[in-house]
Amino acid sequence: MTGRERPIAADTPRDVSVALSGRLGAFALDVAFEARAQGVTALFGPSGSGKTSVLRAVAGLQRLDGRVRIGGETWQDGTRFVPPHRRALGYVFQEASLFPHISVSANIDYGAKRTGGVDPAARSEIVDLLGIEPLLPRAPARLSGGERQRVALARAILSRPRILLMDEPLSALGAEAKNEILPYLERLHASLSIPILYVSHDLAEVERLADGIVVLRNGRVAAAGALEPTLRAAGLRQGRGAAAVLTARVAAFDVGDALAEIDLFGQPLFVAGSSPGDVGAARRVRIEASDVSLSRQAPAPSTILNALRAEIVRVEETTAAEALVTLRPLGAPDGATILARITRRSARRFAFQPGERVFAQVKTMSLATQRAGETGAKDLGVATGPDLGYPSSP
Amino acid sequence: MDFDGEIGGAILLTLQLATVTTLLLLLVGIPLGWWLARTKSRAKEVVGTLVALPLVLPPTVLGFYLLVALGPDGLGGLFGVRTFAFTFEGLVFGSVVFSLPFAVQPIRDAFEAAGERPFEVAATLRASPLDAFLSVGLPLARPGILTGAVLGFAHTVGEFGVVLMIGGNIPGETKVLSIAIFDFVETLRWREAHILSAGMLVFAFAVILTVSVIDRRARRARAGA
Repeated sequence: MTGRERPIAADTPRDVSVALSGRLGAFALDVAFEARAQGVTALFGPSGSGKTSVLRAVAGLQRLDGRVRIGGETWQDGTRFVPPHRRALGYVFQEASLFPHISVSANIDYGAKRTGGVDPAARSEIVDLLGIEPLLPRAPARLSGGERQRVALARAILSRPRILLMDEPLSALGAEAKNEILPYLERLHASLSIPILYVSHDLAEVERLADGIVVLRNGRVAAAGALEPTLRAAGLRQGRGAAAVLTARVAAFDVGDALAEIDLFGQPLFVAGSSPGDVGAARRVRIEASDVSLSRQAPAPSTILNALRAEIVRVEETTAAEALVTLRPLGAPDGATILARITRRSARRFAFQPGERVFAQVKTMSLATQRAGETGAKDLGVATGPDLGYPSSP
Repeated sequence: MDFDGEIGGAILLTLQLATVTTLLLLLVGIPLGWWLARTKSRAKEVVGTLVALPLVLPPTVLGFYLLVALGPDGLGGLFGVRTFAFTFEGLVFGSVVFSLPFAVQPIRDAFEAAGERPFEVAATLRASPLDAFLSVGLPLARPGILTGAVLGFAHTVGEFGVVLMIGGNIPGETKVLSIAIFDFVETLRWREAHILSAGMLVFAFAVILTVSVIDRRARRARAGA
């Protein structure tokens, strides 16, 4: 650590602590949050909620009053303001903003050259990870939007940051380019040992990538914490698209049926959209509340493959006709829950009580799975992938 | 000999003047264009207007004030030479002043077109402001700087009124092309006037063509990135 300031005792190195306030055009911004030393923390909110301003202020590109501390190093407080070029951060802008006058290769070396020189091993590792080897000799003008954003990512990471800041890096891309780049982001997430602040207004993106979340509304923190509980607390799990995201290990893959068997806290769950290479890896499973139905008895044989044993946590009436049931799969730790949307008539007829055991039927084909990030997996006690431990701070 | 010497001398002197002036214009114009493009200072509009003044002032007015500025109460006195008027150095000074808007405007435009973002990117990649100016600002503004240099050079070659006011008509010292043409016409030496004027015509054509080619290339490069 090169921190000019000794970390205080309670502060583990590389923790992120931000408290900022100021006027932004028409509204007042007043935001304070902490983020963990590793993994993706999403700054989530509608456009105009102040999330980009917060990110820019963390980078020092915009001046707000307050305090920014990254890993025991203070970048801003009442008395000091470290200029952006002295802050060890990587920033990925909404549009890739590659330098148009130099090659892709020179672009990714730009930051590295200014932070102790290009490390060939680290460079080739990141180039491989992001799949940009064939792009290196080209001019930025000759790249697609998704390719540019991958190069911008490599450039930011190779500048030896202590924190990676991403400002809606996918929002300027079309659906196709988004799907092209998301797997790279997931891989990065799993291999980077620094915190990532990720600004987004897209819930699907956040669910796929984030471990923690800070929900911003009108310049204030509406909710913050671990992803699932916070989304629920912020009321983002109530509406039509209510869903739960769980992380679990892929136990086996049936090549004939192209179905993966996922080990969800000791219970098997069959999921499509996987590949044999995923066996042993941690994956994120998104379960839509509308795809889950409940019964007291073991369900009769049906076309639905998955029946999880679960415990009722609570039942909430969400609309005039519907109720949302929160369930904890047996064997799952507290907080790892799934949701089921049922009618209020069913809720009345069954009168589920908290603690009661039920069978939750889940439609197999409705499960969307993604590669899970390392940190998310660790939370749930699942084996994690190798930590590349890269890049380290200078 | 007389003919060759007169025409050749004027051409040589003009090229010397334009070259020295252009170098000084870049030295002054690049930082000035950069500042005008990026400052949030309120002085910006005032400075911008001052730079643009030679565009609308009659050359005689500009020349008159330059005469005063170069004289015993101005730069001349400061350097203890009585006056810089009617010298090559004085002509260079005057040329820099009256060609400044032609050089600064395209440079300023180029820095403005580059926008704030490349410099923010450079800062997040740990480039100091000076480093960012050299490694990102200058290369991005290169077409504008090139255009500014070409226009400054061409305008210096073509200026007549101001030169007449502060330079007079001293062969080898202040007798530049435009003055020489005027002289030839006055003395009814139309053959020489024709040669020089046709040369200037071709030169002007080449300059404008060059500028528009630079401009188009720059726009294409920017659209690509």
